[in-house]
Amino acid sequence: MHGVRWLLLKDLQILRRSPLQAVLLVVYPILIAVLVGFAISRGPEDPRVAFLNEVPAGTRITVGGEKLPQANVKGRICQRVECIFVSDRKEAEDKVKSGDALAALILPANLVNKINSLSTLTPGVPEVEVLVNEENAVKAELVDDRITTLLAQANLAIARRIGSEGGRYLDLIVNGGEFKALGGTFHILGLRTSAQILGAVLPTLPKDLRPSLEQVIKFASQARDNLDVAKPLIDRLAQPIAVDKVVVGGESPPLEIFAIAVAATFTLAFVVVLLVAGSLALEREENAFPRLTRGLVSTSGLVGEKILLGIAIGLVVTLLMLIGMQFFVPLEMGRFGLWLAAILVAGAALGAAGAALGAAAREVRAVSLLAFMLILPVAFLSLVPSGAVSPAVFDAIRYFTALFPFKPALQAITAALDETGPGIGAPLLHLAVLFLAYAAIARLALRRFATV
Amino acid sequence: MRASGIVKRFGSREALRSVSLETEAGERVAIIGPNGAGKTTLLSILAGISRADEGEVDSPNGEVGWVPQQAALYRRLTVEENLLLFARLEGHKDPRASAEEMLELTGLGERRGEIVARLSGGNQQRINIAIGLLSRPAVLLLDEPSVGLDPRQRSRLWEFVSSLADRGATVIFSTHDIQEAERYGGRLLVLADGEALFDGPPEELREAVRREAPEAADRDFETAFVAYLHHRGH
Repeated sequence: MHGVRWLLLKDLQILRRSPLQAVLLVVYPILIAVLVGFAISRGPEDPRVAFLNEVPAGTRITVGGEKLPQANVKGRICQRVECIFVSDRKEAEDKVKSGDALAALILPANLVNKINSLSTLTPGVPEVEVLVNEENAVKAELVDDRITTLLAQANLAIARRIGSEGGRYLDLIVNGGEFKALGGTFHILGLRTSAQILGAVLPTLPKDLRPSLEQVIKFASQARDNLDVAKPLIDRLAQPIAVDKVVVGGESPPLEIFAIAVAATFTLAFVVVLLVAGSLALEREENAFPRLTRGLVSTSGLVGEKILLGIAIGLVVTLLMLIGMQFFVPLEMGRFGLWLAAILVAGAALGAAGAALGAAAREVRAVSLLAFMLILPVAFLSLVPSGAVSPAVFDAIRYFTALFPFKPALQAITAALDETGPGIGAPLLHLAVLFLAYAAIARLALRRFATV
Repeated sequence: MRASGIVKRFGSREALRSVSLETEAGERVAIIGPNGAGKTTLLSILAGISRADEGEVDSPNGEVGWVPQQAALYRRLTVEENLLLFARLEGHKDPRASAEEMLELTGLGERRGEIVARLSGGNQQRINIAIGLLSRPAVLLLDEPSVGLDPRQRSRLWEFVSSLADRGATVIFSTHDIQEAERYGGRLLVLADGEALFDGPPEELREAVRREAPEAADRDFETAFVAYLHHRGH
């Protein structure tokens, strides 16, 4: 331990003398924190859509001769996208062509008439027009998704309105009431009252006429009961399939907490792996390794010192980043102890992996490149959710990522930040096993490769 | 220090073939030979950095100083920080005093605060040697210590090394420079392709060269030495 202390001091002195490294170590995580923070706090930007409404003002959808209240289509659409109001088709086209708007939505003048024709003997096909600029595949996919969603929502709103009106008429037929049409108000008797009146009249009729009237009363009663059942059916017609989401496993924390955990793990992984691998490779690049291990410090001591360095710097930088995140998303400071545990154990496992890398390479530049080439794909694969790829591929990814500390580090930090989801115990144990394995590999690699 | 029957293999190639060497206190031994002769390999085995495949090495426990061919120090630390670090790692009771002593010995006291990377190769080598001397070793192993030094620096280096030997330290160094070996080595060990061809004082080597390569006997010693190696099949 005596030598480890002085080597640690030496590494900190070297770090202090390398302004670029020091700046990268501080600026990089802060940059990540700010970017993620902004992304989380602002949410996804609404796409800009040029909107042209050619439907004459005051035109309304009519059901059974009755005009429905205004559907406020403009308001509904502009809630979900950023509307750029245009005055004619050419302006809409220009906005899309120039990239000012992702798409243009044109409601043609005859749209409402076409919708109204749906309840006639000669129904038309109501259409809205969408202008898009599919300059790249991602943009095209985004526009398609948005338009499909908007149309589904518009169809649902109209169907609900029609269903609601239909239900009101059924109610009139069943229970009776006032009906306004053609400028006048009509009283509708309704099946229920009709049956009651006929029931009252029945005893006063001659016996030979009663069976026929009893049949009429029975029909009125059956019709009322069946129409009562039809009303909820009409309501359901607007949205026949309802979603009942039941979480059966993989309970997860809120998205913003997960995003912070991803940013923190990324930062910790980059700082610790690069620092440990780089500083170990530096010992060999400076030819100091054989001199040190000639009795001044053991191979295990040297590996341990580098891991300690990585943990110390990784802890400071990751905590700084998490504290920076507090400006965007409040984190539970009561779980600070768990934060520390997760960062320390994850830092140790990542540091051991960095030591294994550093032991295998002789130059700092080579090992830095190697570290980037390893961390990026492992981190990317660790974020692939089940169901996004085929089961066989997902299993392969699961086993592959389990060999590296990134995924368990992400799980541990996520669990430390939020109590929702799986506990912290299993990922910490996983990290401890990886730490032992990688530390042993690093020792072996140093003995194998670090010759004069 | 005593090494006997040292064999070292790298794959199928034998880098050292049963090389033996025994030294007395205060002796100055120069290991000479062409590139790939096994000089660095032998020194690294004597230093305990590499392990011999066969043979034994007996050395004064913990008292072997080693100065590698390429400076083994931290170029981003200052001269003083390097000396202090290694003095601390060696567990000196007063690391500052040890560092001061080495600064004085190397004549780099005025440049103590300079980052090593900004010093010339010669000055870096002086610090490299000073670090090797920090432990006040009974045996000092130097691997081509004068490479990259100008004549004045070489002179100072050998003056310094000679003074250590005069105080009883055994100095074993490797070099390509025959004149340097002859001048500063009281004893020469000639290695070629891992084989020890000669072990004895410079005068005896001259005699052996004259005997085995008479056609080159009248020419300079380096040319004669090359002819000698040629006659011995190397």
